[in-house]
Amino acid sequence: MGKAIGQAIKRKEDPRLITGQAKYLDDIQLPGMVYAAVLRSPYAHANIKSIDTSEAESQPGVVGVFTGKDFADLNPLPCAWQAGGVNNNANTPRTLEIDKVTFTGAGVAVVVAESRYAAEDALQYIHVDYEVLPTVVDAKKATEPGAPQLHENAPNNICMEWTCGDEAGTDKALGEADVVVKQAIRNQRLLPTPMDSRGAIGIYSPVSEDYTVYMTSQCPHIMRLLMTAFVFGMPESKMRCISPHVGGGFGTKIFLYPEYCMVAAVSKKLGGLPVKWMETRRENYVATSHGRDHVTEFEVAAKSDGTITGLKVETYANLGGILSTIAPGIPTTLYGRMLSGVYKIPNIYCKVYGTYTNTGMVDAYRGAGRPEASYLVERAVDLVAQELGMDPTEVRRKNFIPPEAFPYAPASNILNGLKYDSGNYAGALDKALELIDYKNLRKEQEEARKAGRLMGIGFSSYVEICGVAPSAWVGLNGEGWGAGLWESANVRVHLTGQVVVTTGSQPHGQGHETTMAQIAADLLGMDVADVRVEHSDTLGTPFGYGTYGSRSATVGGTAIYNSVQKIIEKAKKIGAHMLEAAPEDVTFEDGKVFVKGSPDKAKTIQEVALAAAVAYDLPAGTEPFLDDTTYYDPPNCTYPFGTHVCIVEVDKDSGHVQIKRYLAVDDVGKKINPLIVDGQIHGGVVQGVGQALWEGAMYDDNGQLVSGSLMDYALPKAHYLPMIETDSTETPSPVNPMGIKGAGEAGTIASAQAVVNAVVDALAPYGIKHIDMPLTPQKVWEAIHSNGNGGN
Amino acid sequence: MYPAKFDYYRASSVQEAIQLLQEHEDAKLLAGGHSLIPAMKLRLAQPPALIDIGRIAELRGVTQDNGSIKVGALTVHADVAASDVLQSQCPLLAEAASNVGDRQVRHKGTIGGNLAHADPASDLPAAVLALGGTIHLLGPGGSRQVAAADFFLDLLATDLHEDEVLTAIEVPAISGKTGTAYLKFEHPASGYALCGAAAVVSLNDDGTCAGASLCFNGVTATPHNASAVAAALVGKTLDDATIDQAVNANLSIADPMGDMYASGPYRVEVAKTYAKRALKAARDRA
Ligand SMILES: Cc1cc2nc3c(=O)[nH]c(=O)nc-3n(C[C@H](O)[C@H](O)[C@H](O)COP(=O)(O)OP(=O)(O)OC[C@H]3O[C@@H](n4cnc5c(N)ncnc54)[C@H](O)[C@@H]3O)c2cc1C
Repeated sequence: MGKAIGQAIKRKEDPRLITGQAKYLDDIQLPGMVYAAVLRSPYAHANIKSIDTSEAESQPGVVGVFTGKDFADLNPLPCAWQAGGVNNNANTPRTLEIDKVTFTGAGVAVVVAESRYAAEDALQYIHVDYEVLPTVVDAKKATEPGAPQLHENAPNNICMEWTCGDEAGTDKALGEADVVVKQAIRNQRLLPTPMDSRGAIGIYSPVSEDYTVYMTSQCPHIMRLLMTAFVFGMPESKMRCISPHVGGGFGTKIFLYPEYCMVAAVSKKLGGLPVKWMETRRENYVATSHGRDHVTEFEVAAKSDGTITGLKVETYANLGGILSTIAPGIPTTLYGRMLSGVYKIPNIYCKVYGTYTNTGMVDAYRGAGRPEASYLVERAVDLVAQELGMDPTEVRRKNFIPPEAFPYAPASNILNGLKYDSGNYAGALDKALELIDYKNLRKEQEEARKAGRLMGIGFSSYVEICGVAPSAWVGLNGEGWGAGLWESANVRVHLTGQVVVTTGSQPHGQGHETTMAQIAADLLGMDVADVRVEHSDTLGTPFGYGTYGSRSATVGGTAIYNSVQKIIEKAKKIGAHMLEAAPEDVTFEDGKVFVKGSPDKAKTIQEVALAAAVAYDLPAGTEPFLDDTTYYDPPNCTYPFGTHVCIVEVDKDSGHVQIKRYLAVDDVGKKINPLIVDGQIHGGVVQGVGQALWEGAMYDDNGQLVSGSLMDYALPKAHYLPMIETDSTETPSPVNPMGIKGAGEAGTIASAQAVVNAVVDALAPYGIKHIDMPLTPQKVWEAIHSNGNGGN
Repeated sequence: MYPAKFDYYRASSVQEAIQLLQEHEDAKLLAGGHSLIPAMKLRLAQPPALIDIGRIAELRGVTQDNGSIKVGALTVHADVAASDVLQSQCPLLAEAASNVGDRQVRHKGTIGGNLAHADPASDLPAAVLALGGTIHLLGPGGSRQVAAADFFLDLLATDLHEDEVLTAIEVPAISGKTGTAYLKFEHPASGYALCGAAAVVSLNDDGTCAGASLCFNGVTATPHNASAVAAALVGKTLDDATIDQAVNANLSIADPMGDMYASGPYRVEVAKTYAKRALKAARDRA
């Protein structure tokens, strides 16, 4: 490879982003624009008996008021990923709900006015007659007899029942084990909180009868497909979707939301006025999808030497009152199938109930399923270690899948023959132990305990599945995903020698404009500055599936790689012609075509591009221009891994947990830009630490979101954390030519359990085995003090 | 995030502010706006009119007079925290102000607004109470002074009348061997005080306790004065065990507030821990 891949260069997009030059959705102002405010249900479960909009219509500045009935001709939003192989009792949102609501915050009417203030003021004049129904908010309680029923087609509120692995084999392993540890755990609900909340602008053209929709989306092409083909019932060519700069998504912006359809449909009703809707933080919390929310029991079986022989899991996954776009795929494919972790566990069985409750929608949130799996596995390993009195690192080491076992098929059955690609799990652990000086740490811990201080050391050895793709894997016959999952790229070398790369993926903080430019520049032997990356507009980019599942570099980046390879082949042909040499005699190196062995007489890629574009002297049968489009469907996912270590100190008098050190050793394969990888790891770790210690969405029994603002929902703050230490090992992925594995979610997938394991380790003198997240000081204090030997 | 309609007036003097308050029913004074505006954005408050007092220069600044210190109502937290006079002669107030929110909040929020708003989780009320401060109010009928102990009536409720302006806070300068400390256990979401302990300890020449004061924010609807703990310390030599014992035996807090993050009873436990730490820190500084 050349000189750009592997360079820790600063992000090209940052000057624009940090000087306020970049336009986010709310920055966009269009002539004649009107503003929408959505009336949301104050009840978590109710029938809508009638809605009277007349008083609102006559309020100052109001342009129009609409209810669900006005959009009865639009289909409900599709559920695009139903859990594979089972009957999903799918119920999805409508543009505005018509008959009933199943969670607080569901949209029931919209006011459009000359200003957002006027729209907001008029909301209180819409009168809705609700018949309020009983509610249930807990994933498991929803399935119990007597629970309020949300949907007729989903008896006992069960959306789907899904399994993976071998139940009989696992039961046998549990029966024969030296020790079995059983534990109930909750993976609490989280509010993803991107800084830029959601928004959309809909513009209908009465002349061409088509729509332009700006939206805060991670995947504008999919949005166009779902809106046109599924909701509006019209060809894709009738809509253009544009994601402007998007300030974070964490998964929540993958999905199709009612408001995106609403702004388009309302614009049509208003003769084409541009209609803007921008979410408030309160709306973001009630109406944008949430993450996680599992109620789980598991049993782990082991021999007395620490060898793990079986893992049996039963999970109730809360999907909310109605299904978000890919909700059923998260607690199944991306969770159950990853329950082997980094370990050779011969017997695994997992059963998942996806349930409806009177709460907000739950769908992918950074890591999506894999943090839940890794959290469970890493807690299980620590419980085994505690039960056997072994060092947690020894139990890990004993059970690691050894490097020679790759490609490895875990007993959780990734399906369709997919296997972990490559790994050296002990290598990452060893490096972490050395960097953290483990031996001395345990001594330090002993001394701290003697001095009455509670110090804890926690580990997390993780593997995740990313670069989500293989259409043959996720597609309908396999895992139920209703489409393919490849990625596209177009690469063009313009007359002036500058390169434009267009990608079907969509950056919203990851730095695509830099990373992808590095790939093209590296291969073409050019400056990164000479490569421009375009994205996020269905007009002008090839169809692509977007950015999530840590797939942009592995799948989208490889599409760019392949296009550049094809361009280089063509350049060699044209260059040979220019050099009056035979194509098979030339080579391409460092941005130049030359006859092998004669680098002095060379044609630069820029010269070749000009010759290809002016085209008056090309080899016979050669098309002009250096331009290539690739649709890349990889043979497998990629499997990043690593070991994280967290050191905490617990204040036993208040229960407060202070993180003293946090070390992340990650193996993301080959790094394209180590600086960006580091940034992704830092941010990801903080999100996982946030889940471990502070964050937690809370619904009361009536389905009201108690943690509905940033005054109540505790996001991590910079001063709560030490500087995160990062390091890496490098095990290239054999799946793609650059050997990259993906880095967008690893930090989040690895971190929560490192923190929880550390706190439980700190509390070991009190015999504490588990505390559910978030480990608030109150819970920690109660754990210490309920034990009888707490306090002093 | 979109406040309801309101009228806006700017007062150039305290007298004008009082007049505007009388003219506009249910109008609210606007100081730093860092409590009022968020409440309006959530439509929890919908005052028909705001009277901006933010530019009345006479209400800003710290002055010293004969053993007492007066802090103008519009003095922002950052200025309270950085004041030389306060740091040397009333460090408790400066320390409490330095614990408020973040840098931006401290440069906009005012001491008067903080006390007038009377958020139970604020940082300043316990300090003012522990210091035995006095609140200066000016209304159409003239000025009056209210002891901090009488000022806070309930959650978000004070003795401030609808047509009055809080003009200043007066606190005594510390004298002799006196140490103070404000320790805060931060609410991880809001950053306000889940429990804030303000302690004042004065020592006699022989090292025994001449007087003490201990108050809390965040635990009850109004700042809690743990006078029984303070009384138990007087006359004693304040070794750690004595302080621990005094707190354990005498700190009882009725009706503690809780939320999903920290229950009332738990906050009382935190208060015990923070009381001990704050009293020890104050003793060490005396
Ligand atoms: C993000 C954030 C974090 C914060 N964190 C903390 C924290 O950790 N600790 C803490 O203590 N506070 C915190 N605050 C609140 C901050 O201290 C406020 O500034 C303060 O509580 C109110 O002061 P203000 O000048 O902004 O008052 P305003 O918001 O302008 O007014 C508040 C109320 O007081 C009334 N008022 C104001 N001035 C007067 C006066 N002179 N006479 C009579 N009535 C008056 C107003 O009419 C209004 O009802 C935080 C605020 C924010 C936005």
